[in-house]
Amino acid sequence: MALFEAHRLHKRFGRRVVLEDISLAFADGRISGIMGPNGAGKTTCFNVLTGRYAPDRGRVVLDGRDIAGKKPHEIARLGVSRSFQMMNLFDEYTARENVAMALPAMRGRGFQMARAAAGIGEIRDAADAALERVGLAGRGDAIAKALSYGERRALEIGVALAAAPRILFLDEPTSGLGTEATARLAELIRRLKGSLAMVLIEHDMRFLFELADEVSVIHWGQVIARGTPDELRRNPWVQRSNLGKLA
Amino acid sequence: MTGRTAPPADRDQARLFPPAMLAALVFFASVPLWIRGVGLYEYIGVEIMIWATYALAYNLTLGQTGLPSFGHGAYFGVGAYAFGLAQHGIAENLWLCLLVAVAAAALAGAAVAAFISHRRGIYFAFMTIAFGQVFWFVAVKWHSVTGGEDGLLKIRRLPVDLGVAAFDVSGNEAFYWLVFAAFALVATGLWRLVNSPFGRVLRAIKQNEARASFVGYDVWLYKFTAFTLSAGLSGFAGALFAQAQQSAFPDVMSLHWSGIVVMMVLVGGGLVSFWGPVVGVAVYFVSRDVIGAATTTWMLWFGLMFMALVLFQPEGIAGAWRHWLARARARLAAAGR
Ligand SMILES: Nc1ncnc2c1ncn2[C@@H]1O[C@H](COP(=O)(O)OP(=O)(O)OP(=O)(O)O)[C@@H](O)[C@H]1O
Ligand SMILES: [Mg+2]
Repeated sequence: MALFEAHRLHKRFGRRVVLEDISLAFADGRISGIMGPNGAGKTTCFNVLTGRYAPDRGRVVLDGRDIAGKKPHEIARLGVSRSFQMMNLFDEYTARENVAMALPAMRGRGFQMARAAAGIGEIRDAADAALERVGLAGRGDAIAKALSYGERRALEIGVALAAAPRILFLDEPTSGLGTEATARLAELIRRLKGSLAMVLIEHDMRFLFELADEVSVIHWGQVIARGTPDELRRNPWVQRSNLGKLA
Repeated sequence: MTGRTAPPADRDQARLFPPAMLAALVFFASVPLWIRGVGLYEYIGVEIMIWATYALAYNLTLGQTGLPSFGHGAYFGVGAYAFGLAQHGIAENLWLCLLVAVAAAALAGAAVAAFISHRRGIYFAFMTIAFGQVFWFVAVKWHSVTGGEDGLLKIRRLPVDLGVAAFDVSGNEAFYWLVFAAFALVATGLWRLVNSPFGRVLRAIKQNEARASFVGYDVWLYKFTAFTLSAGLSGFAGALFAQAQQSAFPDVMSLHWSGIVVMMVLVGGGLVSFWGPVVGVAVYFVSRDVIGAATTTWMLWFGLMFMALVLFQPEGIAGAWRHWLARARARLAAAGR
């Protein structure tokens, strides 16, 4: 059994069915890709898997445990971490404070009231290490909203990683990044590979096909194709779509 | 710490008595020495200390957690009534009566928080107003207990019994020392609290509630706890107020007075500064007495000042001070080069 599985997920908003019948499996240590046209339901799928919405039907299984319907913070505490398509940071906090919030050590101390957070060296050091991992060493004291776009993207991933997740969901991590920053991100993901499961939603197929072990194509709320990058390059839908030409 | 020098903000946060705290405590401790010299009197000092305690407690929800509570007078009032009732009905012991007041206000806060902690923004605000009105209405109508509009009278300033010695605080100057001590206690406690891991989580929730829950914080529980603590401490201030006035009235629980504490906090700069609420309270009471001596329409002038601040300096007096300091520092640095 894979680390994380979704069985026959169904999700509708009002009368609009967004996820029809989605089944996915993400193995530990592997990189999985999700692609599909705009509005296909990719982000909604992440939202259901990470607890923002409960599915109307279907199961979400982490390590053999059904977690469908649990709250985001409960799912996060089980080792599920995510970044967002729209930038999502603690804007007034420094880069260091942003990653510190996600550290399990900080989470465990959340109800400590009689001790100064700034004086906890263990958290400071772990936060600095988390920043270094995403190429933000030395930027710890910068306020998040004052960082450049690329740095903010990196910080988002730093926050997601600081939680020491077992599985990491990244929603279009390269969007808005230049070629150089995209290459750095690919390098980071390659470095992380093996230590956790990763799932990437991506429109940049060159990026995705280089990194992913397996890719699922979602369209109209269904998985219409699935396979290794090589298999998918031969897939008629991928070939027909604009995106396919890039790969 | 790991040998590196921390930036100044971190250094202050890690201290229990950073320079601003020391300055505030020394300043307010010196009030009895000069207050008459500047043409004011001790009772305004008493009011400032009590309302500053209340405003700091209130700002735990508004400024620190970003929860717009517009009915906080309810908890201040519950504390005031509970103090009086405990004094009349249980025992004339300061500590016991304060404890009852804090517990009653915290309980009232917890009951409300249980209903509204899943809300935010305008919905949260409306519900705090609705619940605040309920408490106010009960205080007005439950005549047999609260005295209704006539108020709960004959509340004594109870002696401060420290075991080895007991101090009479019935005079305004002695009473000032009691409310100053209460303020000092709440200010240091809250300073530590807002800079603790708990306080960090609260400010994270203020900035981005969704992000906080996706990194693993039970946002509901944090909001609930912050609101309950804030209500309990507001009740503590209310208990002091009942003693100061030697009575308790429903008007502090009204929407009007709940709004005034919000105004004080915003004028002072509570959204951006821990000390903002204290500044706002001092400005309010001093302008009441100074402008109020010249014109009976002083509230109009204070209101205009509030509007000017909202329009031109939404970060309040503390925010303006901060900008001014930063500019002055930049000028100094430029001149030094
Ligand atoms: N909370 C919501 N309420 C109503 N409809 C929603 C909600 N969230 C998403 N949808 C709808 O579901 C559909 C799928 O949206 P989703 O964001 O999952 O697409 P996507 O595959 O991530 O697209 P993109 O590539 O543009 O990010 C869209 O039509 C969207 O309008
Ligand atoms: Mg999307």
